[in-house]
Amino acid sequence: MIVEFGHFALILALLVATVQMVVPAAGARLRDSRMIAVGEPAAVSQLLLLLVAFLALMHAYVTSDFSVANVAANSHSTKPLIYKISGVWGNHEGSMLLWVLILALFGAAVALFGDNLPATLKGNVLAVQASISVAFLLFLLLTSNPFERLPVPPSDGQGLNPILQDPALAFHPPFLYVGYVGFSIAFSFAIAALIEGRIDAAWARWVRPWTLAAWMFLTIGIAMGSWWAYYELGWGGWWFWDPVENASFMPWLAGTALLHSALVMEKREALKVWTILLAILTFSLSLMGTFIVRSGVLTSVHSFAVDPARGVFILGILVLFAGGGLLMFALRAKELRIGGVFSPISREGSLVLNNLLLVTATVTVLVGTLYPLVLEGLTGDKISVGPPFFNSTFVPLMIPLFLALPFGPLLAWKRGDWLAASQRMLAAAVVALVALVASYALTERGPWLAPFAIALGVYVMAGALTDWAWRVKLGSAGSEEVWRRARNLPRSAYGTLLSHFGVGLMVIGITATSAYREEHIVVMKPGDHVAVGRYDVTFKGAAPGRGPNYREDIAQFDVARDGAIVSRLAPSKRLYDAPPQPTTESGIHATWRGDLYIVIGDEQKDGGYTVRAYFNPLVRFIWFGALIMFIGGGLSLTDRRLRVGAPIKRRASPVAPVPAE
Amino acid sequence: MTRKQKRGWLIGGGVAVLAAAAMLVMVALRDSVVFFHTPSDIAEKGVPAGQRIRLGGLVGQGSVVRGEGTHITFNVTDTLKDIRVTYDGVLPDLFREGQGVIAEGMLTSNGEFTADSVLAKHDATYMPPEVAKSLEARGVKLGSGAHPGEETTKQE
Repeated sequence: MIVEFGHFALILALLVATVQMVVPAAGARLRDSRMIAVGEPAAVSQLLLLLVAFLALMHAYVTSDFSVANVAANSHSTKPLIYKISGVWGNHEGSMLLWVLILALFGAAVALFGDNLPATLKGNVLAVQASISVAFLLFLLLTSNPFERLPVPPSDGQGLNPILQDPALAFHPPFLYVGYVGFSIAFSFAIAALIEGRIDAAWARWVRPWTLAAWMFLTIGIAMGSWWAYYELGWGGWWFWDPVENASFMPWLAGTALLHSALVMEKREALKVWTILLAILTFSLSLMGTFIVRSGVLTSVHSFAVDPARGVFILGILVLFAGGGLLMFALRAKELRIGGVFSPISREGSLVLNNLLLVTATVTVLVGTLYPLVLEGLTGDKISVGPPFFNSTFVPLMIPLFLALPFGPLLAWKRGDWLAASQRMLAAAVVALVALVASYALTERGPWLAPFAIALGVYVMAGALTDWAWRVKLGSAGSEEVWRRARNLPRSAYGTLLSHFGVGLMVIGITATSAYREEHIVVMKPGDHVAVGRYDVTFKGAAPGRGPNYREDIAQFDVARDGAIVSRLAPSKRLYDAPPQPTTESGIHATWRGDLYIVIGDEQKDGGYTVRAYFNPLVRFIWFGALIMFIGGGLSLTDRRLRVGAPIKRRASPVAPVPAE
Repeated sequence: MTRKQKRGWLIGGGVAVLAAAAMLVMVALRDSVVFFHTPSDIAEKGVPAGQRIRLGGLVGQGSVVRGEGTHITFNVTDTLKDIRVTYDGVLPDLFREGQGVIAEGMLTSNGEFTADSVLAKHDATYMPPEVAKSLEARGVKLGSGAHPGEETTKQE
């Protein structure tokens, strides 16, 4: 009964979304404020209906109602409760339901918190947002109904893919989706602006917090996925340039560019047309990501629940919104006024460089991701484009980006002083040079370029601090004055500081792990030792064990450093009951200096085990850097200027926007 | 600087970056792309020894031989032709006889294949899309449940 109720709520949501798509947009055109006002209650009730549908599905999962096809295919009665809940979005239908739920959440947020938006803009934004909902609700109801019943319910379900039964992965999709889908707001605002043929700084002030929020969650979502892959896939890598990873990384890159270009538009009214285009492209990349993940057109290390037939539908949605958006851009962008002028050496100039490099990097990732598909279509040759491609295209583009990064905040708007900024960066350059020499002195092996990359990371971090130091007059003013200035700096300044600092940390972590990783593959019998990094690892033996829904062989390792045992690791090989699938659980001794990472392989005939042991130096910096970027984004988001100052009331003329020039 | 000059700067810079990126992409696509072949492809087209390729097919029934330490050999078959693969390392969890597998590495001069990474796909009904397509193209009847999807494990 509850299941049918959920299904019904889903259908109602489609109807409400259709109304929300048509009426406010018509109202904005006809200047009918009552029709525009329909958007708000529609957006809120759409959210509530989808929430009902989502909770109904969750109820079916928690109570293990195997008469529902989706539950039977993806759940099992012995599964721990947390994975019954996360199982709701651990499959195609459920994850698409979560997708539209988050879409509606953003739409409702605009409806509820958008009081001081110009009425027609708000109406149009809600209408565009609803049109995306309509497309995806149709997709759900027509091809991927999560509420479908089975005529003969099985006695138990088939279970969730065991490698998805993991705490980090339980929360990875919701975070990722908030990021992906959050860019829909930027898209809706962009289309609404094109419909009205009018755009100004207030528009950017409106779009920026939404983009920032989406970007934050995408950052942390990607980091979580990377962390999960690191400890769960059992081969100690943290990023594989895999199509599914690229699918989330491309919108992140474009979103990062959008974040920065919206800044220029907000402060200087320049780059308007470009910002609109970027907003459309960013969300189009989100849609393409959904297409790649959900259609299974590309082979991937972590594509789950894929079905080519559904891919065609999503491809249609992608073509409709990306193509439609771009067409509209082509037709209307001319009407937008070109904004302020600036010299190449200026804050704007540096942000343009940022955008240029980030967008080019996005394109290289796009080429690498889609090239196999295109080539197979054209010649029938099957190829794979792996990490070497991305390392030799993406990485070189990041070097000028990171070199220029600290200069941006140091340059003034409109016309900057390159020389003065360089002088300010002197201290950071010296610190980086010291880091370079130190890296050479401290490492015995590894590529000769690696210390330069570490120095680059240090430089970015020092550069971020330099900006702060100059703004609070550290060293030139008294401590009281410094303290006063430090407190008075806007939170967005601290947001920038933290995010850029996090980028630096990440560069260091990535370099150290890639260049100085130690790997040992050995066959060990109980009592055998292996030296990994500074650790001495002793294999104590393996014993069978039993978990709630799996059997396992657990190995015991003593980890000693300088003769004293610092940790006992218990990596294992599990065989799950349903579905009967093996997984490898790693044993990790994590410190800031690096992770000791152990996994066991198959048992040999003579009782020994294949053991893979890694030392991954500074690998934590990668995710910690992402976390700091997330916190930085959060700080910016709470900045008063973004919260209160955004749309100034008097700007919000209710109807009658100024027609385009 | 005039407005025109400023715009010139912008466009020039943009074109320069794009050109550099395009060159990087071209070079990388030429050098770092790996082609996928089945054992029959190799028999027909003749892939030179030492060229980096991906070899895909099924793990031959009864062909897996574990040697000293982590050394292992097995056959990759598309049911028409077999190729002997040697690999030194830990196999993915989902590596099974009769299941789909992709080995990346190169052919040796004696017609064997040395893999440096092995990817396996799992579950009774599953095989890698490339493998399934090539097998179907060669008229090999697949189980009714064969469809692309689920999960891959990759090991290096």
